[in-house]
Amino acid sequence: MTTATDTTPAPQAQAANSFAMIRTLSGIALVSGVLLALVYQATFDIIKANKEEAVKNAVFAVLPGLSEAHPPVAFGLNPDTGELVELASDGDVLAEGFEKIYVGFDDAGQFVGVALPASGQGYGDVIRVMYGYTPAAEQITGLKILESKETPGLGDRIGKEPFLDNFRGMDVKMDDARESLLHAIQWVKHGEKTEPWQVDGISGATISSTAIARMLRESTQRLLPAVNAKLDELKDAG
Amino acid sequence: MDPDSLSFIFLNACIINNFVLSMFLGICPFLGVSGKRDTALRMGAAVIFVMLVSSACAYGINALLVKLNVEYLRLICYIAVIASAVQLVEMFIKKFSPGLFRALGIFLPLITTNCAILGLALFQTQREYNFFQCLAFALGAGGGFTLALMIMSGLREELDLADVPNVVKGAALTLILAGILSLAFMGFAGLGG
Amino acid sequence: MANNNRHGPSDMETFLRGLWEENPVFVMLLGMCPTLAVTNTVMNCIAMGLAASFVLVMSSVLVSLFRKFIPKQVRIATFILIIATFVTIVDYVIQAISLELYASLGAFIQLIVVNCIILGRAEAYASKNNVKKAAIDALGMGAGFTFALLCLGVVRELLGSGTLLGYPVLGSHFEPWAVMILPPGAFFVLGTWLLIFNAMRERSARKAREKAA
Repeated sequence: MTTATDTTPAPQAQAANSFAMIRTLSGIALVSGVLLALVYQATFDIIKANKEEAVKNAVFAVLPGLSEAHPPVAFGLNPDTGELVELASDGDVLAEGFEKIYVGFDDAGQFVGVALPASGQGYGDVIRVMYGYTPAAEQITGLKILESKETPGLGDRIGKEPFLDNFRGMDVKMDDARESLLHAIQWVKHGEKTEPWQVDGISGATISSTAIARMLRESTQRLLPAVNAKLDELKDAG
Repeated sequence: MDPDSLSFIFLNACIINNFVLSMFLGICPFLGVSGKRDTALRMGAAVIFVMLVSSACAYGINALLVKLNVEYLRLICYIAVIASAVQLVEMFIKKFSPGLFRALGIFLPLITTNCAILGLALFQTQREYNFFQCLAFALGAGGGFTLALMIMSGLREELDLADVPNVVKGAALTLILAGILSLAFMGFAGLGG
Repeated sequence: MANNNRHGPSDMETFLRGLWEENPVFVMLLGMCPTLAVTNTVMNCIAMGLAASFVLVMSSVLVSLFRKFIPKQVRIATFILIIATFVTIVDYVIQAISLELYASLGAFIQLIVVNCIILGRAEAYASKNNVKKAAIDALGMGAGFTFALLCLGVVRELLGSGTLLGYPVLGSHFEPWAVMILPPGAFFVLGTWLLIFNAMRERSARKAREKAA
């Protein structure tokens, strides 16, 4: 690499140069920092409200008969230790090992069910979903895709009918000991569904649909025992 | 394969979701430097270097920013970190391997504005990788970039000898070739279960 | 295109230059990454075009404003700092406007900061011209970039989903070409547009030569 021909200025000029450089950079950095802090503050509440709105919409989509008058309550659940923590607001940060779940109530303030999260690697990137669970009927009542980067027109059919119909009334009965599910959620080829705990696959979107079945199987096996163990506490939250 | 495992992250970044052919990062150098196999290999090597260093630094900076609750400064800090990382790598190579330095030439400074490096930092933050996952990601991303660059340069060197219409020459041809490569790489979907 | 105006190109000419003659994507081959990545729907194109234009204009204006105070050795660092600030602002504003839009643009909003167009214009034009000229040049380049995005976006959304801005246009019998929304489609469409532009430029250059002969 050729060295640039440099007319080395006198020491005073060099000091002045360095000063000018530092002055400019720190000046701009300072103004920039202040500006960003201002914009962050100004948009913070709006963004928070947006996120809470998105979550509320998801919970309403997966649990039937929810009421606007009794909004869902957020909890942190640690499936390994069985700990349950009520969250003051949806924006609260969770400790390690905790997952966020939402309890839904109907117009009479009665417990309807719990909205649970699940995630897993799909075809494109990680897929995040929320599904509704009613302990009374021991069923999954609905599924909503929160984040997915699946192939448009093929993999993204996991967010549309008739695939979503798989998850209305999906059987997730637990055994008598209430430790695990009687029938693990299972993916079957399109058209071969015979049992209510099976997921009817999408032909042409095998990877995306098996991913959904897999993440639900894992999530139910992990969370449902813990949810059932803390059912009374959850019902009291209304 | 476990999606959180280092080997899956590496495979994912390198082949399944190749940085250039799938995620559209690093297109500018991909178009500019893929003319000859030799320069392509050198650029790829430089990118792998810088990615590893930047990835580690970005992980550290992000941890600090989160602790200080100033996440809105993330973008600025990442750019500063990447620029510094490039400078450091350049000085390091100049000192310990002048031959390599001469070979890499002007490519190192060019990498600073390469969206692949910043994209790497942003994605690893978004996916919340731990330190070792970050490194595996960086290695895979750099490796995938080099792979795509090598394939493209091989193709273009061959095409130099062919009778190509003037209208297509240059970027148009490279892009159409890239499209075919991208189509081919889609076949890797589902690799690693 | 010879301009014999002694006072340099007019404002309109400066603006149009960024749009057509020196189109950042099709002619200068800059800013390809976002052009390929976010053009799968027209909505994304418009959002990205506006965001990038905002950053371009604001940074060009500021760089031009302070051009006499920025020492040469740190000019790139200063430019990048200014650009990064505005990109972060745009990032938060889009999150506040629509989380859905933010999710579909992904990391490419923040990647505007390394969009070669913005740094390139700051270096080549804004740091050497007054504020008004810098602003108009930036507007022209932003318009050119948005134009290029739309060229791709319209084709990709129309053929890949049969819709425009979400409205079904091609009817229900149209079987969408899924490849258009996927990465290979982006490469093909951009390559084809470059081919068309090259052909058009070659033809007008040939005509100019014939006229001069």
